[in-house]
Amino acid sequence: MRDQLVNRWESGQLDRTAIQPGRERRPEAGLENAVVVRDLVKRYGERVAVDGLSFTIRHGEIFALLGPNGAGKTTTIEILEGYRTADAGEVRVLGLDPQRDADELRRRIGVMLQSGGIYPTVTPIEFLDLLRHFYQEAEDPWKLIRLVGLEEVARVRYRQLSGGQQRRLALAAALVGKPELLFLDEPTTGMDPQARRLTWALISSLRERGTTVLLTTHFMEEAERLADRVAIIDHGRLVALASPLELTQAETDEVQFAGPAGLDLAALRALPSALDAWEVQPGRYVIHTKRPAELLAELTAWARDAGVLLPEIRVGHESLEEVFLRLTGHELRE
Amino acid sequence: MEALLAQARMEMLLTLRRAEGVLITLVVPAVLLVFFASLGIAPPEYAQPVDFLLPGMLALAVMSTGLVSLGIRTAYERSYGVLKRLGSTPLGRGRLLAAKVLSVVAVVAAEIALLLAIAAFGYGWRPGGSLLWALLALVLGTAAFSSIGLLLAGTLRAETTLAAANGLYLLLLLLGGIVWPVERLPGPLALVGLLLPSNALAEALRLSLGPQPVAPLAQLLALLLWCAGALAVASRTFRWE
Repeated sequence: MRDQLVNRWESGQLDRTAIQPGRERRPEAGLENAVVVRDLVKRYGERVAVDGLSFTIRHGEIFALLGPNGAGKTTTIEILEGYRTADAGEVRVLGLDPQRDADELRRRIGVMLQSGGIYPTVTPIEFLDLLRHFYQEAEDPWKLIRLVGLEEVARVRYRQLSGGQQRRLALAAALVGKPELLFLDEPTTGMDPQARRLTWALISSLRERGTTVLLTTHFMEEAERLADRVAIIDHGRLVALASPLELTQAETDEVQFAGPAGLDLAALRALPSALDAWEVQPGRYVIHTKRPAELLAELTAWARDAGVLLPEIRVGHESLEEVFLRLTGHELRE
Repeated sequence: MEALLAQARMEMLLTLRRAEGVLITLVVPAVLLVFFASLGIAPPEYAQPVDFLLPGMLALAVMSTGLVSLGIRTAYERSYGVLKRLGSTPLGRGRLLAAKVLSVVAVVAAEIALLLAIAAFGYGWRPGGSLLWALLALVLGTAAFSSIGLLLAGTLRAETTLAAANGLYLLLLLLGGIVWPVERLPGPLALVGLLLPSNALAEALRLSLGPQPVAPLAQLLALLLWCAGALAVASRTFRWE
């Protein structure tokens, strides 16, 4: 099952464009959206964690909230899960109010917290078997164990599992109740690359069951690979909302180059065809442009006049990471 | 109902997996009973030492389960995010707490059976007095100490709860009428001891199990007040994460 999923993922069979709305569970009449967030505000004392956020998630969609630590991702997801109350604005989850309709909502959602949530002295199979009793219709615990590849540690206590294994158990636990809507808060943080690929394949495969997924991440690649749409948030505000393809194939091209560290960014930004200029790492620069050919000519002319050697110049589309940098003015990773 | 029972089973399993919890809840009261009863250490007004000691050890067993074991376990579950996680399943917070109550009641029942067996077979204790009042005292005492345990668990950090629960345990054991009557403690300590919930429970049990049983109304009222007070504070301060 596991290898099959990975193979299918890697051979491109899990095509992003082949989105099918829920086959098993049809959205109720008139409820086109699984999640609606409107003008959401949440403050912790003086600090504004979420500042007027609005977005909607369609049924069957995989939706990523992307942003650095402290951007308000977890606060937003925990308001939707019913753990926190909003200070202002409106949220609807599967047409329900997470506070008022908590009992009904809990039966229909699956939750993976950012960390913890599982008894340290309990084994994966014991924990999944416990959760099974909470739902009217539940997945078989052993099936879930196989799905997330924990067969070999199914009878090992949680605290003895590796970080990645603990996260996979948390993911399996979120799936026990066959949820219509799955909340995954940084699902692959702490996983090694292999476990991460397995998890990506698993999340992608949920799409075929019609499960709606809201995930938060600060891994660009994760959002780019998994999500139908990405909401980039920073300081609790929505910065951009589109498919990964739309975000990265906007009109903007970029020129990346290497050179001495500490070049004059103001001079680079002043080049006629440059939209901006950043030193992303010491000695590595990115300039965005609508006219890449012109910018190349201007850049090499500037380098000649400034007596600077630029050993490596590359023109290309932005990656999602660079989109983030351009939109927010700072790097994603803390 | 199925969810509640599954969770109660899990609570029992977790109780048994905490070796130090089993030690403090099951072994310590039994060992103290054997130790003091064998040495015959008890106030002279009791016909047999076990008549004084057994009610104290029953109170200790209730205290170690409700205050120490439940309190510490719940505090760590809170810090591990388990309370938060299970609260978002259909089990819900109400049934999560109910399952804890069931597990505490089951453990207390096992302890009572163990202590009664030791007292009866080892030291010639015979059931007497008013079992109904004794049962009421045990129920109220379990409720009071569980409330205090949950108050600590939901308010303090896990490490602080661990220290506070164990500290209170020792304090109540020595000053709270468990192994020595509070009226025989020196002046101010006697007053402190008189007000402690462990003394109320132990005294209520001594009065109801004695040869001329007396309705332990004052002690039951004290337990009720402790329980209500702890619940009132806990309902304001308890945090699930």
